[in-house]
Amino acid sequence: MTELNKLSLKDALHHLKAKKCSAIELTEAHISAMEKQKRLNVFITETTDLAREKAKDADARYLRGDARGLEGIPVAIKDVFCTKDVRTTNASKILSNFIPPYESTVTAKLFDEGAIMLGKTNMDEFAMGSANNNSAFGQAISPWKEYGKDEDLVPGGSSGGSAAAVAARMSMAALGSDTGGSVRQPAAYCGIVGFKPTYGRCSRFGIIAYASSLDQAAIFARSVEDTAEISKAIMGYDNKDSTSVNIKLPDFQNALTQSVKGMKIGIPKQYHHESLDPEIEKLWMDAKEILQKEGAEVVEVDLPHTKYGVAAYYVIAPAEASSNLARYDGVRYGLRMYEERMTLDEMYEVTRKEGFGHEVEKRIMIGTYVLSSGFYDAYFAKAQRVRRLMVNDFKDAFGKVDALLTPTTTNYAFPVGDKKRMDPIALYLNDMFTIPASMAGLPCISIPGKLNTKGLPIGLQVIASNFREDLMFQVARNLERCFNFDAAPGSL
Amino acid sequence: MTITKETVLKTAKLARLKIEDEGVQRYANEISNLLNLIDVLNEVNTDGVEPMVNVNESAISMHKDEVSDGNCADEILKNAPKSKFNYFLVPKVIE
Repeated sequence: MTELNKLSLKDALHHLKAKKCSAIELTEAHISAMEKQKRLNVFITETTDLAREKAKDADARYLRGDARGLEGIPVAIKDVFCTKDVRTTNASKILSNFIPPYESTVTAKLFDEGAIMLGKTNMDEFAMGSANNNSAFGQAISPWKEYGKDEDLVPGGSSGGSAAAVAARMSMAALGSDTGGSVRQPAAYCGIVGFKPTYGRCSRFGIIAYASSLDQAAIFARSVEDTAEISKAIMGYDNKDSTSVNIKLPDFQNALTQSVKGMKIGIPKQYHHESLDPEIEKLWMDAKEILQKEGAEVVEVDLPHTKYGVAAYYVIAPAEASSNLARYDGVRYGLRMYEERMTLDEMYEVTRKEGFGHEVEKRIMIGTYVLSSGFYDAYFAKAQRVRRLMVNDFKDAFGKVDALLTPTTTNYAFPVGDKKRMDPIALYLNDMFTIPASMAGLPCISIPGKLNTKGLPIGLQVIASNFREDLMFQVARNLERCFNFDAAPGSL
Repeated sequence: MTITKETVLKTAKLARLKIEDEGVQRYANEISNLLNLIDVLNEVNTDGVEPMVNVNESAISMHKDEVSDGNCADEILKNAPKSKFNYFLVPKVIE
């Protein structure tokens, strides 16, 4: 029998229903994979005892015949989601002792469907980063290695731990959050699927805020179908989030069975960028041919403001972050640094200095600067105007096509500590293909295409217009079927 | 664009972040580098373009202003660094 942790989510559900395995056995298989791969530093907090209890409940439900949609499926949760009575750190020292008295809407919905949490995953502190190097709990490591090399590679970020957990078969699926690419980029680096729903599809209630106009719950799994299965559970209107949108979910199941025949798919010419890796560009052009062979019409589209995406993002996201993170002051929860005779202001300043890592401090500083008197219009309002132009670009494009196909990243995973690739500005530019869809709130998905000549996964991104996740899944599923990517990290 | 050490210190004060002396120059450099990246926005003609605050502009919903929970002070205070008599405790702010 196949090892249970290597099953797809869908097959695992069949196994459970047919009593070919129990939820306990499925959970134990994943816990054992977690134990064997501890050095990857994927989890900040493990909740394996809790998981075993839940698995017993799941087995009871299967026996009673009242199993829910995801009953007994082991998942990992990025440590950005507040989980009731389970420590939630956001990979930050400032929240290292924080135990939420409430549950985020998205995790509540997932658990209400019977999914079982194995633990809270490592990430870049406050979801700020692209290599998982900004964690107060140390670097998370990818399960992948280059052919013939033993160097540790980054899993990408900010949701690096969740991506590594799914790639290393420590969980069947995982939740992440995606603000500018924080799920799609690590999915591409780790050879799995990463999906960011339309802004407003998932409630942000209980997701620790980074940049509120961009933050969205997002999903990792090892197939498009598994991803859609989790999506159905976590999407939907929530009156606890004023930006959550009450629009009916499209029929994903139907979309997954349709061909792309007759669809119109756009190739944005600006994504043929000089920094794009040639093998990824080749994969992209191969995919274009595949779609044509499958009966889709593929056309070039123009998104003229693409090149301003990174710049606009690094004004808007830090500005929103500086405002959101003002709440960490050592008064109501989290770390407090206080010595006798300190003033209240000194307590704030020392607490924040001690509690935040450098990248977070830097983004707070930038955000404060661009919002400060005299600079607001020149930077913040300017960036928001450029954002509207980017949105208009996409509106024009989606007047002509059903979906867009692009590379997810300019490059593939790199070694931990690679100074050139870890340079802050280089890391920011690395997000140039994921940021535009975030700025426009669009649903987008990264799917693995193949291994490159170094043996590392490379992937592509499908973007659809707002609330058309069905079209996005339809294109992604057809590409997935043609790519037939089934590679796993060599260590497994 | 480069920013001065004075601007770094002023911004840090606004952000309530203590910065050690040796950190000031580092921040000046790092923020200047990023501002150089951001300066590309000046190429874009945005005359007459409204700033976009939220992508779902028509969708913001209001909910009724009514109490939906409560009586959970004990639970909330479990995370407080310091509390007394069901209140958060802070340093003295009025002499």
